[in-house]
This record gives sequence, C-alpha cells and structure tokens, in this order.
Amino acid sequence: MSPDPKKSRANEAPPIGFIGSTRWAWRQLTSMRTALILLLLLALAAIPGSLFPQRSAGVSAVNQYLEDNPNLGRVLDALGMFDVFGSIWFTAIYLLLLISVIGCVVPRLRAHLDSLRSAPPPVPADLSRLADYQQLTTKASAADVVTTAEAWFRKHHWRLATKAAKSGTGLSAEKGYARETGNLLFHASLIVIVVGVAVGALWGYRGQVLVREGTGFSNTLVAYDEFSAGRLFDAKNLPPFGFELEDFEAEFEREGTQKGSPRQFTASALTRSEPGANWQRETLEVNHPLEFSGTKIFLTGHGYAPVLTVTDPAGHVQFSDSVIFLPRDGNFTSIGVVKIPDAPQQVGLEGIFLPSAVVDEERGPISVFPAPDSPALFLVAWQGDLGVDSGEPQNVYQLRTEDMKRLGVTSLLPGDVWSLPQLGHVRFEGVDRFISLQIAHEPGRQLVLVASIAALIGLLFGLFVPRRRIWLKVTNDTQKKTVVEVAGLSRQGYAGLSSEIAEMLGEVRRVK
Amino acid sequence: MTLAQTSLLLVYASLIALAIAMIAFATVYANTRTKVLVGSATKPQSQPVRSRAVNIGYSVSWLALALLGAALVTRGLAVMRAPWGNMYEFALSGAFAGLAAFLVLSLKRNPDWLAVWVVVPVFALVGLAVTVLYTEAGPLVPALNSAWLIVHVSAAIVAFGAFTVAAGASIACLVIEWMRKRASDAPWLATAPTESVLDRFTYRLTAFGFPIWTFAVIAGAIWAENAWGRYWGWDPKETWALISWVAYAAYLHARVTAGWRPNRTMIIGLVGYATLLFNFFGVNILIPGLHSYAGI
Ligand code: HEM
Repeated sequence: MSPDPKKSRANEAPPIGFIGSTRWAWRQLTSMRTALILLLLLALAAIPGSLFPQRSAGVSAVNQYLEDNPNLGRVLDALGMFDVFGSIWFTAIYLLLLISVIGCVVPRLRAHLDSLRSAPPPVPADLSRLADYQQLTTKASAADVVTTAEAWFRKHHWRLATKAAKSGTGLSAEKGYARETGNLLFHASLIVIVVGVAVGALWGYRGQVLVREGTGFSNTLVAYDEFSAGRLFDAKNLPPFGFELEDFEAEFEREGTQKGSPRQFTASALTRSEPGANWQRETLEVNHPLEFSGTKIFLTGHGYAPVLTVTDPAGHVQFSDSVIFLPRDGNFTSIGVVKIPDAPQQVGLEGIFLPSAVVDEERGPISVFPAPDSPALFLVAWQGDLGVDSGEPQNVYQLRTEDMKRLGVTSLLPGDVWSLPQLGHVRFEGVDRFISLQIAHEPGRQLVLVASIAALIGLLFGLFVPRRRIWLKVTNDTQKKTVVEVAGLSRQGYAGLSSEIAEMLGEVRRVK
Repeated sequence: MTLAQTSLLLVYASLIALAIAMIAFATVYANTRTKVLVGSATKPQSQPVRSRAVNIGYSVSWLALALLGAALVTRGLAVMRAPWGNMYEFALSGAFAGLAAFLVLSLKRNPDWLAVWVVVPVFALVGLAVTVLYTEAGPLVPALNSAWLIVHVSAAIVAFGAFTVAAGASIACLVIEWMRKRASDAPWLATAPTESVLDRFTYRLTAFGFPIWTFAVIAGAIWAENAWGRYWGWDPKETWALISWVAYAAYLHARVTAGWRPNRTMIIGLVGYATLLFNFFGVNILIPGLHSYAGI
C-alpha cells in the first residue's frame, strides 16, 4: 500500500528524445492522476448514452428522434450520440483506462510479490518520533522479551524480522499484506471484466422470435424476426432446439389505480433440444428463462393473434390461421395485416384488434383493458397488387396500399362473418395469443460474473484490511534492566493498532 | 382504517418529527456559547457537550426513524411483499436508510455538525414521496417479481443511506471551512470539527458504501440477465448506476492522489451523490427505459 511511486515523477516536464518521451507518456498514462481524470471522463461520456435514444436499444426510437429534430438530430448523429457505447470517443476512454489499469497493476504486482518475499523493513533509528511510541522497563532478560514478542507476533500471523545488533535487538513486524493483494485483485478483475464483455460482444448473439399459440419454430436464422450477432459469430453454432407454444396466460390488475398493470405471465410450451429428441413440457415465465447449451430463451412480451378464415365467393378457403397483431398501447390496442397473395386477385386486410372494446364518443373505438373481456376486430379490406412479387423485402406487419383498391370497412365480434361480393367471406373465429421470445447467447458472461465477484472480494480486502507495522527495540540499560521501545505505523491511520501494541506489550510485561 | 392508510399516517407523523429535528439540529450552527464554555476547544470531537436542542433533535430523529420503519412495515403488510415496488416506496426506504445510517453512527460518534445536512435531505425525500410520488398500495408487475429484487434493491438502499450521510458530512465540512476562510468569529466555529476529521468521516462512509453499491450493481446485472436476457444493456438506469460507481471510484482515487486537498475530493463525492439522486428522480421521471415501470 505504498503510495504510487510514479506519482512524483509524473509531474516532471517531458524529456527530449523518442524513448524518453515514450517513457514519459507511459508514466503519465499510468499515473493515479490520469486514472482519476479518465474515470471522471468515462462517467461524463456515459451521460449522453442515457439521455438520447440508442440504436443498440432499438432503431425505431432513434428514427423517431431524427424525424422530430432533423437538424439537431443530424449533428448529434455525426457525433455518435445515438451510438454512444460503440462510439470512437467512448471506446477510446475505456481503452485508455484499460491500458492505464494494466500499466499500474503490472508494476504493483511485481513490487507486491517482492514485498511478500522480503522481510519487513528494519527498525528506524529513532522510534520515538513515530506514533504510538512507548517505552517500558522490565526485569526480564532481553532474550526472553524478544522470544515473547516474537511468539505473540507469530500467533497473530505477523510477518517478522529479528535483527540482533551490538546495542540490542530490533524486531520488525508487518501485517495486512492482504490490502495490497485485494487491491491488485480488484484492478486485475476489472481487466478480466472488460475481456469478458468483449468476448460476449464478438461471439454472442441475440434475437427475437414471435410465436403464436399452437405454433412453433426450430432455432435457425430464418425463424428470427430480429437478429444481431457479434463479428465472430457463426450461424452453425446455433443450438438446434425446437419450441412449440401450447398456451399462454396473462393476468392483470383489475382494481385500483394500478388497474391494467400486468401481474402474471405464464407460457406452457413443448421443447426439445434437437430434431428427433423427445418433446418436453416446460413452463416459461418472466424471470425464469429456458436454456439450451448456453443459449437462453426469455419471455419478454405478448400480444393477441386474431384467428381469421377467408373463403372466396366459390367457397374455397383462401386463408385460415391466427395473425399476429402488434400491441400499440398498454391496453393492447393492436394492429396487424393479412396478405392473401394466392387469391384470384390479391387481397389484403388491415385490422385493429381491441381486447376490451368500447366506442368512445371522441376517440372512437378503443381498448380499455388489456384482457380479452369484450374483443372486437375492425377490418379494412383491399384488393390489388400487394407488391409481394417484386422481390423486395416487405414488412409483414404493413400493407402497401398505393396500388390497391379499398373494398370496405367493418367491425366484427368473435364468430361474426363479413361478406363482400368481390372477396367472399371473412370470418373472425376468435383470438389466440402470441408471445415474444428473446433468445440470447452471451459467451463471456460466466467470466464476467466470476471476475465481478473477484473484484468485490478484492475491494473488501483492499478497503478494509489495514496495512501496519510494529517495531520493537530491546536494549539493556546500565542497571541491568531491559528497556523495550515500541512504535507503530499505519498509513491508513488504523485505530486498532494501539490496542494491538498494548496487547503485545501486555505479554511482554508478564515475562518475569 | 386500512393498513395502507395507517402507513400513510405514520409517514405524515414522521414528517412532523423530522421538521422538529431539522430546527433543533440547525441550532448547532447558530450559537453555542455553552459549548465554548464547557467543551474543550482543542478537542471538540472527544468531548461532546450537547446542548438541549441537539439532544431533542436526536430524540425526535429516533422517533422519526421508528415512524418511518413502522410506515414501511405496514405498507409491506398491506401489499404482502417487500415495500420496494415503486418510486414512493423507494423514496421512503431511501429516507429510512439515510436516517438510520446517521443515527447508528451517532451512537458511537458525535455527528452533531452534519445532523442538519442529513435530516434536511431525508425530510425532502419523505416530503416528495407523499406529495409527488405517492402510489396506491398494490402488487408488483411481473418483471419486478424476483428474489433478486430484494437482494439488489436492499443493497442499493443501504449504500444510498451511507452515501447520504457521507454527503452530509462533506457539505458540513465545506460550509465550516468556508466560514473559517472568511475568518468568521462565530463562536460555534471554535468547536466545529476540523477538515481532516470530517474528511476521514466522509471517507469511511464512502468506503463502506462503495462495495455495497458494487454488489448492488452486480446483483442488478444478474437479475437483468434473468429477466431480459442480457446482463448489461446500457439502459438509462444501469448507465447511471455505473456513472455513480465510477464517480465514487474517482472519489476513492482522489483521496489517495497526492496534491488533492480534501475539499476537492469531497466535491467529487458530492458529484457522485448528485448522480445517485439523478438516477432516482431524473431517470425515472424524464427518461423512458425498461426500468420506468417502477411507477411514479
Ligand atoms: C477502471 C478504473 C479503476 C477503478 C474503478 C479503480 C478503483 C479503485 C479503488 C476502489 C481503489 C481503492 C481505494 C482505497 O484503497 O481507498 C483503488 C485504489 C487504487 N487504485 Fe484504482 N481503480 C481504477 C484504475 C486505476 C488505475 C488506472 C490506476 C493506476 C494508475 C489505479 C491505481 C490505484 C492505486 C495506486 C490505488 C491504491 C490506493 C491506496 O493506496 O489506497 N487505479 N482503485
């Protein structure tokens, strides 16, 4: 726990010459003062990341911001404000900090290993100038005093050095090496945490899958609605599990001011670890993910999937399935589309689904509660070119109606049938649910966890173990009495040192 | 009367007690002639001579603590869970932790000088809780329904309590030193603690709070990994928890950096405390994020 030896030198003017200035720069970078400034800079640099929407958390919020503030938005974007934690300046700060930590851990580790192997420093010439200085005289022999003191130090695990000199015997004792060990463990663990985070960012992946009741997927890239992966990720490493959603239930608060707040979500599913393996029934809840060889499946959201059957005028079934409607508000006013490209003339349906529908005088039909107490479906039918044959990727939740003709609008309750001469019949069969699953693999996470715990343990030792020394000088005076001088030193101003000294001296006094 | 109403009544009672304590403790800075006469000017810390007002301040503060504790317990019983589900409950718990940390310290030490700097923020926190943040008692949203909530939030609250007292000590120190610089001859300055005493006091409390805050951040990451599938997602709440952590780490470094005087070090500590407050008020109210369901 010696003060940073580089501290004083770090303030020197830069020397001339390449090697000289490199060494000077290195000393600057690894000085405590620089670490302090970098820490403050890191805190400062993280702030915009919390104030502006971040691409990493979802592009839509960023696009919305850019739309609302086009000019300011462009400037902010150029500065990396929507991607703070991947920006050059943020990366630069933490990489400098990382180098700084490495540069301070390595020499300190060497120095600490040296101090662990070597004896405590010899007794200073003038003990009386130190704190806790005490002197006592005893009739016991010097040798007995030294043996007793040594025994006390050994018993309490102090590191000891005894040096006999002409004028008496000097005893140096030191304790609390765990402080520096802990400090080094803490700083080294920070390095490991950064490495672990980097591993996760390079090899990890995460994605989102929406699953309707009664349907399922197997874990391949095509199953994902959204997918992002690190640079070194290989799609061959996706564990080939299968998932089928049997049933999903949601409960909401029905009373009081928190009416409508979610209370409990439970999905019951069949899973298997690979094609051909046995299906297993599992319950998936918030905070209780499923796991397949390191990949975790989390329940992150849910919504409604109205079931529709469309038959053409000739009575052929064109479409019969549940359709995901994406929720728009806390009461699950949801919107969705159905595309029927195989109909004689392509057909598209746009809809709003309301789980608890009321018709508001001003706002029109709205949902007033998230549970399906009085479900209703509002549909607009379109006919014409859906644009699906153009080869361009299309959003499955949007209808491009520029080239289509509007056929009509209606509202349906479960069981209702809407008949349109050009189209046939649309039957609103009822409503299923869908869930959104977050599927994630973060390979460095155990490493980060272990290193975090190590950092915490290191921190506790580094902060709370006081490093301290006690020196003893035992001499014979002219009256054949033994004079014992004691002093202690603790850089952390450890208050318990004087009672340790007192306890040790108590033993010495007892020697006859 | 329902349990939730009882709880609210207890909170109001604690506000009254805190208001009295505030006034009583403020007298420390007014004039303490008896202190100068009776107390030793050279060793003010070792010989606490408390005026009657300060004694009343302590008694009423203990009462306020008991009332707040009872309010939290009844609130918890009303909802049958730990009372950490929304901002109202967090604010009450934070106030309780700050006051408790201060009063526990007062058993062994003599923190008269910073009493008012702790009781004022505690009063403000409780006042804001019942006026702006009040939320009806109710069960939790599913994402909050986890054992990690208890672990994570209780650690954060304990650390917050320690940091609150540390901030109080820093402000007391800055005020006292500022008065000394102006060569004020107010009689109470003679017995006021020295800069190094308050510096050590602040350091001890921060060093106590820092590992607990570290633990709270780690527990939060484990919980986030369980609930959302990533241990760290730069959510505003997470980001500010890290900002506070880094600021307090900077404080610890500043304290061992040569050439940094205690007043500058303490300002870094106060910046750390400001980030904690912003995380609680600013982030919950101003910034949308996964944590915003905590509810106002
Ligand atoms: C990520 C950045 C860092 C963090 C979070 C961090 C954190 C800490 C903490 C919490 C302490 C304990 C303070 C105490 O004992 O009172 C400490 C001590 C120390 N740190 Fe760092 N540190 C970081 C980077 C650095 C760097 C880059 C250096 C190198 C120059 C450094 C040098 C030291 C030294 C020398 C001590 C010992 C202080 C003492 O004598 O007590 N730290 N650090």
